[in-house]
Amino acid sequence: MAASTKSSTDEFIKGLWKENPVFVQVLGMCPVLAVSNTAMNALAMGLATAFVLIMSNVVVSSLRSFIPKQVRIATYILIIATFVTVVDYLIQAVSLDLYKALGAFISLIVVNCLILGRAEAFASKNTVARSMMDGLGMGIGFAFALFCLGAVREILGSGSLFGAQLFHDSFQNWVVMILPSGGFFTLAAWLLLFNWLEQRKAKKNKKEKTDALSLTKETA
Amino acid sequence: MSSTELASRPAPPSAWHMYRAMVGVGVFCGLLIVSVFQVTRPIIEHNKAEALKKAIFHVLPDASTSGTYRLNDAGGFEVLEGEGVGEQLVYAGYDEKQELVGLAVQAQGMGYQDVIGLIYGYSFAEDAIVGVQVLESKETPGLGDKIETDPAFLENFERLDVSLVDDLSEMANPIVPVKHGAKTNPWEVDGITGATISSVAIAEILNRSAQYWTPRIRNHLDDFRREE
Repeated sequence: MAASTKSSTDEFIKGLWKENPVFVQVLGMCPVLAVSNTAMNALAMGLATAFVLIMSNVVVSSLRSFIPKQVRIATYILIIATFVTVVDYLIQAVSLDLYKALGAFISLIVVNCLILGRAEAFASKNTVARSMMDGLGMGIGFAFALFCLGAVREILGSGSLFGAQLFHDSFQNWVVMILPSGGFFTLAAWLLLFNWLEQRKAKKNKKEKTDALSLTKETA
Repeated sequence: MSSTELASRPAPPSAWHMYRAMVGVGVFCGLLIVSVFQVTRPIIEHNKAEALKKAIFHVLPDASTSGTYRLNDAGGFEVLEGEGVGEQLVYAGYDEKQELVGLAVQAQGMGYQDVIGLIYGYSFAEDAIVGVQVLESKETPGLGDKIETDPAFLENFERLDVSLVDDLSEMANPIVPVKHGAKTNPWEVDGITGATISSVAIAEILNRSAQYWTPRIRNHLDDFRREE
């Protein structure tokens, strides 16, 4: 991929929707499925990942002429691992309960393919400002997707959102939704929705095109 | 590969460039981690101490101040001075009149997924465990983690009998787990349906720890008294 020619607003927006890392690119599935059992955990994990993504994008892109191609992967991993360690300490300092809930998954941000993917495919070829916009968009898109999963799973699985009870006591929790299998069900439902929207849009575009074509034929 | 292709490829960077990149990034990352660690360490330690203190007052509801004691070589207890790394510690709770109300003891053991760490409050007046809080667990969300939230299960620990035999050498009845709804004696732990292994693990951790600590504590009660 060559250096991008889009405007920096487009770089930001593409990660939110059109190239959403979870719903469209299906990247970084391990934390998506594992830590999205409550809205709070999902949001915290999403924000931690976004922070690492933005910081590593900025550093990788500012060092892009300094790092020879042969050692780039090792250097990127080093940079990413550093920011993950930083996030690990910061979360411990902010809230031990949150740290307990996210558990081993914080250290696993290092091997989230989304972050290495953006460093390799984007930040290493684009300016610092663009890379930051890309990281911001992708990071927020990732956090948004995780939150979508976490909210659905918490509402159905525990009958609450951010710990606040939503339903009457007689609501029977769907325990399966907070177990790992619930992650797969919810992700499947969201992917279905995104693909359906995409197909509907494509169909509409095609129809408009054929309509326009027949119109020009008639006038001819 | 033809010779023209070889000629068109850029020359590989010198080893110096690779060293420079890797060592440079390594040093930068090392410095960053060390500085963040230095800045956050006092906050993290403060958080951990706060969490432990909160847990002590949670399992000993009547206490308003606490003191840390260590088990000494003679089998008695003395006030902890310094860090207490590797020591066997108990936390004594006192009410407003500086009267000893009970002791909080940390214990751990294997659960379903991983080690469960907990703290419990032991009250002398009641001769019972009067509160349990799980400090560390990775039990299955929605099933095993009910050991922290299930109200019927937590009711077990409002007064779980750990009374000793008359010469204070051992517990009169071991703490035993029973099936949900089958609890008849105050030393039994009513289990959770769907979280059998986790709830049995809690009972076993408590039993092992109480068997060890309660005779030692009861025989050295005077060690914990605060002078007026």
